[in-house]
Amino acid sequence: MTTMQDPLDVQLGGKKLSRGKLPRGTAIGLLVLSVVVMGGILQMAGSFGIVLTVFLGVVLYAVAIMVLAGAVEGGRAARDRLATTFMYSAFALAVIPLISLLWTVIDYGLDRFNGYFLSYTMRGVFGGMDAGGVYHAIVGTLEITLFATLISVPIGLLTAIYLVEYGPTRLGRGITFFVDVMTGIPSIVAGLFAYALFALFLGPGVRMGVVGSVALAVLMIPIVVRASEEMLKLVPNELREAAYALGVPKWLTIVKVVLRTAAAGIVTGVMLAVARVIGETAPLLITVGVVDSVNYDLFDGRMMTLPVYVFRQYSQGLAPNGITTINYDRAWAAALTLIIIVMLLNLIARLVSRLFAPKTGR
Amino acid sequence: MAKRLDISDLNIYYGDFLAVEGVSMAIEPRAVTALIGPSGCGKSTVIRSLNRMHEVIPGARIAGKIALDGEDLYGNSVDPVQVRRNIGMVFQRPNPFPTMSIHANVIAGMRLNNRRMSKKTADEVVERSLRGANLWNEVKDRLGKPGSSLSGGQQQRLCIARAIAVQPDVLLMDEPCSALDPISTLAIEDLIGELKKDYTIVIVTHNMQQAARVSDQTAFFNLAGVGQPGKLIEMDATEKIFSNPTQKATEDYISGRFG
Repeated sequence: MTTMQDPLDVQLGGKKLSRGKLPRGTAIGLLVLSVVVMGGILQMAGSFGIVLTVFLGVVLYAVAIMVLAGAVEGGRAARDRLATTFMYSAFALAVIPLISLLWTVIDYGLDRFNGYFLSYTMRGVFGGMDAGGVYHAIVGTLEITLFATLISVPIGLLTAIYLVEYGPTRLGRGITFFVDVMTGIPSIVAGLFAYALFALFLGPGVRMGVVGSVALAVLMIPIVVRASEEMLKLVPNELREAAYALGVPKWLTIVKVVLRTAAAGIVTGVMLAVARVIGETAPLLITVGVVDSVNYDLFDGRMMTLPVYVFRQYSQGLAPNGITTINYDRAWAAALTLIIIVMLLNLIARLVSRLFAPKTGR
Repeated sequence: MAKRLDISDLNIYYGDFLAVEGVSMAIEPRAVTALIGPSGCGKSTVIRSLNRMHEVIPGARIAGKIALDGEDLYGNSVDPVQVRRNIGMVFQRPNPFPTMSIHANVIAGMRLNNRRMSKKTADEVVERSLRGANLWNEVKDRLGKPGSSLSGGQQQRLCIARAIAVQPDVLLMDEPCSALDPISTLAIEDLIGELKKDYTIVIVTHNMQQAARVSDQTAFFNLAGVGQPGKLIEMDATEKIFSNPTQKATEDYISGRFG
């Protein structure tokens, strides 16, 4: 009996509690080595390229670490190393486009991005003139998006409250279904809808900021509903019961306990919705149009917005005289402005949600 | 303050399911009444029906009568919100409001109902309630800290302070110590002993020693089997139930033969 090994022991790696361990930093060292070796091989083969080298280097690393860890640390550790390699590669793949995009926008946009660009409009600017800015487009984007938020947050939040607090009725299931359908509406259709709605009352050809706000609100509402619904569901039922047991009516419980507890998450959700629609171009092109000078009035006439500005500048192509690439430069600088605005809004939302977050600590 | 509750022929349903059948009992003022029995026998359901909290669950309803000093709690013109203002409740798991400070938690019953009060009154209510819940000395220097910063036992006493701050007639406690350690449990039990001077207290507990220690009256609930409704088997003075119960099932339960 003593000479025979228990089959279960073999399966679980025996009774030994310790196993071999690769020294710290082996993984990093091996990765660098793999990439360098692969670079050398490709160089000799005469087909050196950064992307190919890194890709094949990582593949070589994955094989090498599997073999090495399998020999020293055992099969489970080898599989763990492989899975780790996959996860880091996936993360890198996901981040590379983002960094590349930011880099490109900053690289191209920084040329014309300055105080003058931010504080002047395109009024009286033509050809390759070394002038023109986005002030009117910033005003338009901020006003239209703000008004869209004012429309969609009450509607979206109240819908979410109905769905979570007043429960799974047939009406509730219907609303959930249509909210899901709304999520998939193409933005151009939302633009056409808003245009058609206002054209009914104000006649065809109507173009003003508020129409754009309605179009954006159509796109925002389902996102706000979804985000708020998830946040309200996270509020523990015990808190509702605690409030009821104190003789607090249901509506006050919802306003002062449920919404208050979920506020941080709701703010974040609304911000995501804003970030999603602030870059919409197509519906605004239809509903708000294009203009060269500043218009503060949402309810009267065309307005410029940043995404439309980018589109407009880029579509004008090379200028016939002066600075020939000026239109492209302005488009990139406006794109940079838009990204900065979104980042600032996100920053503000983080601060606000930190303010609202349930307090912890002693 | 401290009113009596009379329950007669109470049936409680969840949808079509009869959860509790034929309960009749009298809950005396300024005394502690303990509800004991095995899991699923309907103790919590009964205690939640006493301040109409079970109605929060969709489909829950009752038949029969529950009267607070003779006034039917389920009368047509009775507002469940008013019932809950007069019959407070403490839950199994401590549930202070996470967004509020200790101070704000205690006066949550007033603040959430939009009742205005001066800072002086608020401070008085907070001190009185926290003293009433034996918590004042532990938290008086950090009233502005969040309620969730307290230990589990302190949180539960904070919840009791919150419940007595609105000066209810009756205080219901649904297994208030089951999530707490023995020392916190002892603190809560001592507190129950003091609170019964002013309040009618009903407590649900799984812990028979606890029922024997804190209560004046004990009601034993049991159910015939899974899916059967829970019933009140026997209710009597606590000493009688624990020394000389009339029913065989009660004796079996408290002597640990089942449940």
